[in-house]
Amino acid sequence: MVSEVERSARNEKYEQERIEHTPWVEKYRPKNLDDVASQEHTVKVLKRTLVSANLPHMLFYGPPGTGKTSTILALAKQLYGPNLFKSRVLELNASDERGISIVRQKIKNFARLTVSNPTKEDLENYPCPPYKIIILDEADSMTNDAQSALRRTMETYSNVTRFCLVCNYITRIIDPLASRCSKFRFKSLTNDDALARLQYVANEEKVEFEDDVLNQVLRISNGDLRKAITYLQSATRLQNTTTFSDEDMQIDDKISVNTILEVGGVVSESIIKNIITTIESKNSKKIIDGTKEIILQGFSAQQLLDQLHDALILDDARSSITKNKIALILFDTDRKLSNGTDEHIQLLNSFLQISKVI
Amino acid sequence: MSLWVDKYRPKTLNKLSFHESITKNLGALASTGDFPHLLVYGPSGSGKKTRVYATLHELFGSQVEKLKIDVKTFTTSSNRKLEFNVLSSPYHLEITPSDMGNNDRVVIQDLLKDIASTEQVDFTSQQKGIKHRFKVVIINEADSLTRDAQAALRRTMEKYSSNIRLIMISNTTSNIIPPIKSRTLLVRIPAPSVSEISQILNNVATKENLKFSVNEESEKLKLFEKIAINSSQNLRKALLCFETVSMQNETIQLSTNLIDLDWEIIIKNISRLILTNQSVANLSKIRVIFYELLAHCIPARIILKTLLFDLLESCESNKIEDLVSIGSTFDNRLSLGSKSIFHLEGFAAKAMVALS
Repeated sequence: MVSEVERSARNEKYEQERIEHTPWVEKYRPKNLDDVASQEHTVKVLKRTLVSANLPHMLFYGPPGTGKTSTILALAKQLYGPNLFKSRVLELNASDERGISIVRQKIKNFARLTVSNPTKEDLENYPCPPYKIIILDEADSMTNDAQSALRRTMETYSNVTRFCLVCNYITRIIDPLASRCSKFRFKSLTNDDALARLQYVANEEKVEFEDDVLNQVLRISNGDLRKAITYLQSATRLQNTTTFSDEDMQIDDKISVNTILEVGGVVSESIIKNIITTIESKNSKKIIDGTKEIILQGFSAQQLLDQLHDALILDDARSSITKNKIALILFDTDRKLSNGTDEHIQLLNSFLQISKVI
Repeated sequence: MSLWVDKYRPKTLNKLSFHESITKNLGALASTGDFPHLLVYGPSGSGKKTRVYATLHELFGSQVEKLKIDVKTFTTSSNRKLEFNVLSSPYHLEITPSDMGNNDRVVIQDLLKDIASTEQVDFTSQQKGIKHRFKVVIINEADSLTRDAQAALRRTMEKYSSNIRLIMISNTTSNIIPPIKSRTLLVRIPAPSVSEISQILNNVATKENLKFSVNEESEKLKLFEKIAINSSQNLRKALLCFETVSMQNETIQLSTNLIDLDWEIIIKNISRLILTNQSVANLSKIRVIFYELLAHCIPARIILKTLLFDLLESCESNKIEDLVSIGSTFDNRLSLGSKSIFHLEGFAAKAMVALS
């Protein structure tokens, strides 16, 4: 038989290992509302509910990686504490089946349950308000039918249940639902806040990096903190492991800007410059060859267009009219690409079109 | 007897020939306990699958080669039974979502949750004492996953990240939704260069003891390079092509013409027809050929692409831009519409108008 001590030691080791393997985004998810970066307004309003223990139905919307899911989870944890959390909160997201039948059964059944009595211990430490919370994550991917089925449920059981819808695009939420919720807009993180959070994570994980790296990470992640942290982790992982595998080759063990660019799948500046020169040559044969080269390199066309857009539109040497035309061409190509068309043909087309107007 | 493509497929990371830095990174990732989700992308025939399998080999040892095929049945929400094949080993399984058509969301949800909610029990048999407590799921052709299925992946990837690692293989990242991209480590695998391909062909030739009509290395290299260029830097195609050449004659003549595929020749003929004579009679002739090609299961988009590039090669340079723009329009319509013959014929007709 395994002794009790040994077992607990093993469990501890197991837990340790599990924590090491969780992605940083999960590991550093804010534990309480104070940790949520930026979003001062939302946090202020929600904090008041912690005191008054009254909560409206809520609708969180905003771009990805701004902390919507984190905020509601943190709030729920602060309201109920770890013990009550399981019985009081129902979290459903796009990876769960959420057709109309689920709304009619699972959600309705959970919503109509009377709230359980909190233990004395919990009552002392947490507000434990007398209602449950249903979190519908990624609500914009729910069908319209399923959303309409929610309408009456939200009202009927509002004495025991609060809903929190989380979505990227508020336009995909049907009006009757939106009007039943108080809306919170999550704006893109400001650079300073994101930088501070990244710095915190980097310190905790003891990551070493070159000076400009964090700024670079922020630049390619466009205010999406989750993306930024993932990039940082991937880069660290690559960096650590490569230095670890060839010990005789002393590589600088700091993360460099190049590693970040590689991890983010960003096309390097020099290639973009090459493309622009090719386009400016206005020589169709040259453009055809250049495009083929790029396709063989395996770059993602959408990423390429994105960067090309930045390079061409932010170039002050070009007139507004040209920029206008270029933007239109890029838009058209992007639309076609999202339809799942062939990258080679579409890229070639956009390059040829741009070469005509430039 | 297996094809050379399979026979000379490297099984371990250190036998892989080109893109050494990528290989090194993969090996390094596999050697630590911390393995991220991967999204491997690049043109076809650049060695994506080979690299992924070699990485698995590095992770779990030779057990991953013991493959078996399971048939799984799923019931969709409309109560329709759905069958599809899963290729699996004790440590990984591989799915191709395009097998499932529109129901891929259900399959992804069920299958991944099924695997993800059970933890790998036995991880003693692995080499080097590194424990990997996760299973790997390889998703082929990830770019053909529907948006719904990709959305379903988002939370699953985070929630079960301790039990499951995804490796997605795709040709492009354009169709992958940003939330997935931000959760994976992107690995870009470019096509091998012409010299790299000819180097590999040369190795294969030595191993197979092939006889050449001349023995000079430089002459041989010329043939290899010709094959490499002809196969548009697709290693798989190059190897297959080389094998056909060597099957045809005992000793390989350096002057041998490379065999074009049947359908490629047919498409070349169409492009010649369009270039020489722009008339309605010709159009109806072309329609018959299009039908023939489609009946032989050549995908419409490949027909369009090949035809477009054939036309570009031999038309006057001032027409190029018009042709490409027409091509892009019809390519778009092909992916939106369902009846491909309309769009193919439409392209042929438009191209004729542009050329005349």
